[in-house]
Amino acid sequence: MSAAAAPKGLFDCRDAYVRTVEELAVADERIVAVVNDSVGSSKLGAFRSRFPERLVNVGIAEQNMVGVGAGLANGGKIPFVSGASCFLSARALEQIKADCAYSHANVKLCGISSGVAYGELGATHHSIEDVAWLRAIDKLTVIVPADPWETAEAIRAAAAHDGPVYVRISRMPVPELAREKAEFRIGKAEELRGGTDLAIIANGTLVHRALAAAEALAAEGVSARVVNMATVSPIDGEAIAAAAATGAIVTAEEGLAHGGLGGAIAEYCATHAPVRMRMLGFPGFLPTGSAAWLMDRFGLNAEGIAQAARELLAAKAR
Amino acid sequence: MTTKFVPVSGEQSREGLSARADHVRERANWMRRRLLGMIVSAGQGHPGGDLSATDIIASLYFDILRFDPAEPAAPGRDRFVMSKGHCTGALYTALAGAGYFPESELDTYLKPESLLNGHPNRTYLPGVETNTGPLGHGLPVAVGIAVAAQIDKADYRVFALTGDGELQEGSMWEAAMFAGHRGLGQLTVIVDRNGLQQGARTEDTNSLEPLADKWRAFGWDVVGVDGHDHAALLETFDAACAPRSKPLCIIAATRKGKGVSFMEDQAGWHHGVPNAEQYAQALAELEAEMAA
Repeated sequence: MSAAAAPKGLFDCRDAYVRTVEELAVADERIVAVVNDSVGSSKLGAFRSRFPERLVNVGIAEQNMVGVGAGLANGGKIPFVSGASCFLSARALEQIKADCAYSHANVKLCGISSGVAYGELGATHHSIEDVAWLRAIDKLTVIVPADPWETAEAIRAAAAHDGPVYVRISRMPVPELAREKAEFRIGKAEELRGGTDLAIIANGTLVHRALAAAEALAAEGVSARVVNMATVSPIDGEAIAAAAATGAIVTAEEGLAHGGLGGAIAEYCATHAPVRMRMLGFPGFLPTGSAAWLMDRFGLNAEGIAQAARELLAAKAR
Repeated sequence: MTTKFVPVSGEQSREGLSARADHVRERANWMRRRLLGMIVSAGQGHPGGDLSATDIIASLYFDILRFDPAEPAAPGRDRFVMSKGHCTGALYTALAGAGYFPESELDTYLKPESLLNGHPNRTYLPGVETNTGPLGHGLPVAVGIAVAAQIDKADYRVFALTGDGELQEGSMWEAAMFAGHRGLGQLTVIVDRNGLQQGARTEDTNSLEPLADKWRAFGWDVVGVDGHDHAALLETFDAACAPRSKPLCIIAATRKGKGVSFMEDQAGWHHGVPNAEQYAQALAELEAEMAA
């Protein structure tokens, strides 16, 4: 994958990630980075130049990478363990469970190039299952930030949090979301737009698409609330209950349609706030194609979200 | 082939070493009797591997490791990582004997809500460094601790105990390769080389030999030791504590079930619970061993 700059007005969240880790590292010498031959794809070259002793490159060995991260935490470090999210989450799943979460190790796992960023490389390199797998692990915080600001905030929050955190970091170009009085808190959803007819709950690269869908629906007289649910675990039940009060929820994520964010919200609603739902995401193993093409092909764009909302509202009216 | 390790200090008097070895021998014998009692009481456990590792763990906890049970998370403590996490009988008796928790806690082993889980859990039990159980996890964590020590130029030491069958896990060799690359002189791995895994001999399952050559090829120093000779273990660990530029692998020749005649070198005692008659015989043998 080329490292071409993002189009004007759009941002690569990896830049916010590495900038923040460097800032933290200046202030706190416990911060170290651990990578699996992924200095380039994690954009940690500048970190390595600045803190050569604090960049630990284990080579192509994800199980060892996560175990080493847990060991560094035991030795008093705050390790940011970065690797392609497809391999970090899958190859080291048991290490994430046993060495990090079950052991309450203070490890920050950063899944880079998440979702379908490696679209053309095929399903082995797609990371669409990671949120479903990792949110099933007890005591592991899972965060999917939507833009550069939120990525930086999530990294700061992860560093300050006592315990293991997974932060899913996209390389797909995204705009900076407009926010008033923005505040990031782990486990707290953010209402980006008020609305009463239905709620769209999204995270990551789907949030700006959800906002665009709400704009389109507004032009049709539909009032759609947009909620950015960056933290998938622990999930913000209060925000979900408020969304359910509109009578309809559409979820949208750059991952499996089941098991991830949509699954987490459906589980909450089934127990606490039954509501009509549509869960937008990928169905499973995907064909080859660019990330942008895959997002459009499977309806993970403003039009797809708006269409799901219309269908759901029609069902609600019946 | 393994080679005899030559102690770096060379200043240990034979009398001093003999007294230390006698102390460890007494503690190891107590651990054996206590862990068998725990297993009988709980109705399950892993006596074979516990007994093969007992002398190694007793040497570390009752002579070599620097720690303060009152401050189990002290940053400068030596670390012991139990990679073969199923052998909790040996670990828990050592931790209790070393003062991390009251000995009476051992009576709760595997019972509901006990802190003494079937595999070690650091959030329950002080002194446990990382949760293990699934094989192939402890060594990578030990490597990470040693990297932290290397970055900080700290002088604490990291010991990891692995089963020999456990070396069939790929993650062990990922960690071994990286430890060799980093020249982790703080790190010592002890391979409990009893030759048996759960179902059969290691060499009949997925053979490990030439084991010493494999570690050397990954950039480690390697020494062999009789894993039940307390004086030899202490001499080897003393030398392991001297400054080094490479990680050290100690291949400890052991017998599964060591100390109980009918369990020795029997794969069937990987797990298993002695009946009343067997338990009485085991205790009698262990008491006779101490009297000898």
